[in-house]
Amino acid sequence: MTNYLEFEKPLAEIEGKAEELRAMARANEEMDIEKEAAALDKKAADLLKSLYADLSAWRKCQVARHPDRPHCRDYIDTLFTEYTPLAGDRNFADDHAVMGGLARLDGTPVMVIGHEKGFDTKTRIEHNFGMARPEGYRKAIRLMELADKFGIPIVTLVDTPGAYPGKGAEERGQSEAIARSTEKCLQVKVPLISVIIGEGGSGGAVAFATANRVAMLEHSIYSVISPEGCASILWKDADKMREAAEALRLTAQNLAELGVCDRIIPEPVGGAHRNKEATIAAVGDAIRAMLAEFKGRKGKEIRDGRRKKYLALGSKGLAA
Amino acid sequence: MNWITNYVRPKVNSLFSRREVPENLWTKCDECGTMLFHRELADNQNVCTSCGHHMAITARARFTALFDGGSFAEVAVPEPLTDPLHFRDQKKYTDRMKAAQKSTGEKEAMLVAEGDIGGTPVVAAAQDFSFMGGSMGMYVGNAIIAGAEKAVELQRPFILFSAAGGARMQEGILSLMQMPRTTVAVEMLKEAGLPYIVVLTHPTTGGVTASYAMLGDVQIAEPNALICFAGPRVIEQTIREKLPEGFQRAEYLLDHGMLDRVTPRTKLREELTTILRMLLALPAAEITPPAKSEAAPTPEEKAAKK
Ligand SMILES: [Zn+2]
Repeated sequence: MTNYLEFEKPLAEIEGKAEELRAMARANEEMDIEKEAAALDKKAADLLKSLYADLSAWRKCQVARHPDRPHCRDYIDTLFTEYTPLAGDRNFADDHAVMGGLARLDGTPVMVIGHEKGFDTKTRIEHNFGMARPEGYRKAIRLMELADKFGIPIVTLVDTPGAYPGKGAEERGQSEAIARSTEKCLQVKVPLISVIIGEGGSGGAVAFATANRVAMLEHSIYSVISPEGCASILWKDADKMREAAEALRLTAQNLAELGVCDRIIPEPVGGAHRNKEATIAAVGDAIRAMLAEFKGRKGKEIRDGRRKKYLALGSKGLAA
Repeated sequence: MNWITNYVRPKVNSLFSRREVPENLWTKCDECGTMLFHRELADNQNVCTSCGHHMAITARARFTALFDGGSFAEVAVPEPLTDPLHFRDQKKYTDRMKAAQKSTGEKEAMLVAEGDIGGTPVVAAAQDFSFMGGSMGMYVGNAIIAGAEKAVELQRPFILFSAAGGARMQEGILSLMQMPRTTVAVEMLKEAGLPYIVVLTHPTTGGVTASYAMLGDVQIAEPNALICFAGPRVIEQTIREKLPEGFQRAEYLLDHGMLDRVTPRTKLREELTTILRMLLALPAAEITPPAKSEAAPTPEEKAAKK
């Protein structure tokens, strides 16, 4: 079953018709519908291609948040072997919004850390929709320190609406936890590679994505604030999210132009959720390529390079 | 006739300068309702003399009260790109900037300066909430980096007064990138072995709290300052319950172990000197009285208050 997005409605109609025809043919063997159904398939494929060739910023937000998009867990299961989750912040709890642990990529040990949103109601609640609490950042800090101590490269997979706006999260120092996690990202002397696989929501994303290289999936987003939040503050109307999404320049393409995104990973036609295997494989290739850039580099050089990269950001604006 | 002009001029000047004081000579304290004389309030660094409520203070006024003899030298901040995203909501970002510059008389939301506090040379940065909510954009990022670099160059401590609604949305991702950029600045200070003291003032929220404002060697806050990542309204909407009294205020954070101290503005100068001199292994200082912003109220002004 396909979960269609709002803007995919015309596509849903065509695909639905084709399916209906085939169902009728199965019930009545004398009907010859294949030609007609094939024509509908072709029409659907063309429409899908054209819809995704030029997605508006708001549509990209919807694709980036698509529930069927491959999640952190899918990447870990497929790309890595011997994944060994390491839990807890040693202070308060283990945050299930953040997955992390040791694993091997093509036999080489890496530390993988990422946000997991969950795939159904039960797991979404368990993972708190990918919104980390302070414990999540503190777990990540601990894992980054461990990786740094043993010279293991770090790979982060970012997919979060943002930090969790909760009472306990604030009481336990959400701000400090995010600040320290960002700081840790800037301190480690091992390569730190980040891939924005869905939503890069504000401070919750920065805490993991302050990296030597930041790659973004073609239809992923990375933003200072959600379009809805921005609309309600600047337009005083949350329904102006389309305008806000456009104004915020939160697409991978805009971010590449600004120098924030180092590499765009193409998605299959119709988005990552229409072909998970191909998406995951492409992300794997990008991670390998980015890690390879740091082979044989000295720790200090790796760390200083990361700092210089951030200091230099902001020298390029967008073309008018 | 010369002696007359010489004689008259001072009086005319003093009348004229009194006219320059905003038409309304009074400010009503939003906390206790007391009518406070502008000059009296300014002398007390915008802290209500009746109830101790801390009102907003501009970066410049803060520095005048903070530095010995009110004297400080501004540290130059590299100019960032103007409006890199060509942002427009209901208004153009460039128009919002112009309006903020006009109303505050400042270039941007942060002022960086060097000078002495209680005889101790420091570099300080202060965020100005009156300039677009103190929001952190590329200029604020550049200001913090310039301040940290100056502190390292001069081998001095760095004091930062935060006040911001968060990141400047109009600069999109580039405002978010000030979180790692300013953290690099903090790392510079750390590696140079220089003290970095943060004074959180009302309000300090969002990406500012979640970066440089929470990474101080010593974390001090002004009384009752709102300090948070997610604001109380957002949290109330999420958890759908009323938040406890004083939630996310300085004293609440102190109770929850998030701050070292809560200190009234009028005591900050002394306290910063004391702490810095110990961290720097300098002998205890004799604190000189802070500079007064203007002369004490005249008798008529005092009478008018009653
Ligand atoms: Zn008062």
